[in-house]
Amino acid sequence: MHRLYVLPTLIINVVIIAIPALLTITLAFFQWDGISSPRFVGGENFADLWHDRVFWTALTNNVIWTAIFLTVPVGMGLLAATMMLVARRGSTFFQVVYFLPVIIATAITARIWQGMIYSPVTGINGLLDRYGLEMTNPLTQTATSLYGIAVVDLWHWWGFLCVIFFAALRQVPAEQVEAARVEGATFWQTMRYVLLPGIKPTITLMLIMTVIWSFLVFDFVYILTQGGPAYSSEVLSTLAYRSAFYDLAVGKAAAVSVVISLFGLCATVFYIRAQAKEFEE
Amino acid sequence: MTESRTTLYIVYTALGILLFITLFPIALMVLNSVKPSTQIVENPLAWPEVFRWDNFTRAWDDARFGRTLWNSVVLTTLTIVLVCTTGSLSAYVLARRKIKTWKVVTFYLLATTTAPIQLFLFPLYFGFARLGLINNPLAVACIYTAVYSPFAIMLLRTYFLAVPKELEEAALVDGATHWQVFRRVFLPIVSPGILTVALIIGLYSWNEFLVATTFLQGRDRLTAVVSFFQLSGQYTSDWGEIMAAALIIVLPVVVLFVALQRRFIEGMAGGSVKG
Repeated sequence: MHRLYVLPTLIINVVIIAIPALLTITLAFFQWDGISSPRFVGGENFADLWHDRVFWTALTNNVIWTAIFLTVPVGMGLLAATMMLVARRGSTFFQVVYFLPVIIATAITARIWQGMIYSPVTGINGLLDRYGLEMTNPLTQTATSLYGIAVVDLWHWWGFLCVIFFAALRQVPAEQVEAARVEGATFWQTMRYVLLPGIKPTITLMLIMTVIWSFLVFDFVYILTQGGPAYSSEVLSTLAYRSAFYDLAVGKAAAVSVVISLFGLCATVFYIRAQAKEFEE
Repeated sequence: MTESRTTLYIVYTALGILLFITLFPIALMVLNSVKPSTQIVENPLAWPEVFRWDNFTRAWDDARFGRTLWNSVVLTTLTIVLVCTTGSLSAYVLARRKIKTWKVVTFYLLATTTAPIQLFLFPLYFGFARLGLINNPLAVACIYTAVYSPFAIMLLRTYFLAVPKELEEAALVDGATHWQVFRRVFLPIVSPGILTVALIIGLYSWNEFLVATTFLQGRDRLTAVVSFFQLSGQYTSDWGEIMAAALIIVLPVVVLFVALQRRFIEGMAGGSVKG
């Protein structure tokens, strides 16, 4: 009987994720508006994407996004976590505050930044502009829209990494740190040769997850710019969403989803290999 | 580790700057939620000349929070119940390797945590539409359950692993069934883990946007977050009111988080960090 305990989880998971995922892969080879019967078109959806400038913009933006999130928040998180380790007093307080943006709904974070900071009318940007500093709303410029969104996501995200790194750092044996100190290692040397190697598995895992999450980014782009202006901040997930629900080009949306998944799949292989070590124990 | 005064000074300054960056947008939300929109346009940083508490009542009415907050509560509760019941059963079986296929099942679940939502969203939507499951909170709770339960199971697994083997074996030798072992031996010991999972899954489903906005579109079915999104996008450009609406959704979450921060943080870290 107890062998059946996994069944509820598996049934829900297969019905919601596995079967529709297989359908998406199939749909990528069909033309479908969501209503009439699908028409098989072979690789045409993918060929269209190949010649679609918006698709390449979106893909490039995802790659830029991944590069930003593999470096900036990881660096900020590591640095702040190490500093919290050094400071010790007050680390719980800092931890709680840094984590606050993580628990605020993305829709709300997006609106706060949009209205209270970026807006030329009601935001800090407008205020600075009136004081004579030349400020523009980054979300409305094609050159800066993606970075404007990235800043919001960074604000929302880095605290999570910081808290996770801090939890891992605290598990590095204190004797190792002490030994390095006694031998006269500087702060940076301690970090480089003792602390970072000590939490390497955690960093690796977070980097892998960052790659996966970077190709999934949706909420902030969809709420802040809808991929605009002029598709300058389009990412693959918003492109897929719009194709499916606005243009009713479900086949194209499915093809984009398959592309997103291929990138995710590479990261997933690493993810499972990293996790597998733990399950072998 | 003892640090020199200068080091500590630099460290606290840097941590303080990060603190300011983190709190600044949140402070703007709180400050402007009680200001009239004309004063926000003048200066979003200024102290309120008059406290416009009616921002909150207008936000409450315009975002129909009486209805939509309730919808969020129902959806969140359904999700928590589904994830905790199905998840703890699975975690028991997988952590204790009760089935030969535990490895396959575990890796399947791990793989789905990394599956992009777009990979299954579109067929799911059109399938649900055909079955009349759009605007159905239970159907959305099932989607959340599918998406979140691998994370929940991985987290619960560590709690199940911590239960002493002897305890389980003694009960089985005494003739207890697996169901009795699960209920009487495991559940009391892993209940803190279940509570942690409930908190985190609750937070996720309370805040979730993409699935909620896609599957719950009926005026009376909107979640609070989606209703806020529509309010701020279409119905008003009064940022005092919008920030008041934001505060109404955020406040219960922040209070709960601050009160139970250790559980939240350990839980969120525990699902992804190997202890």
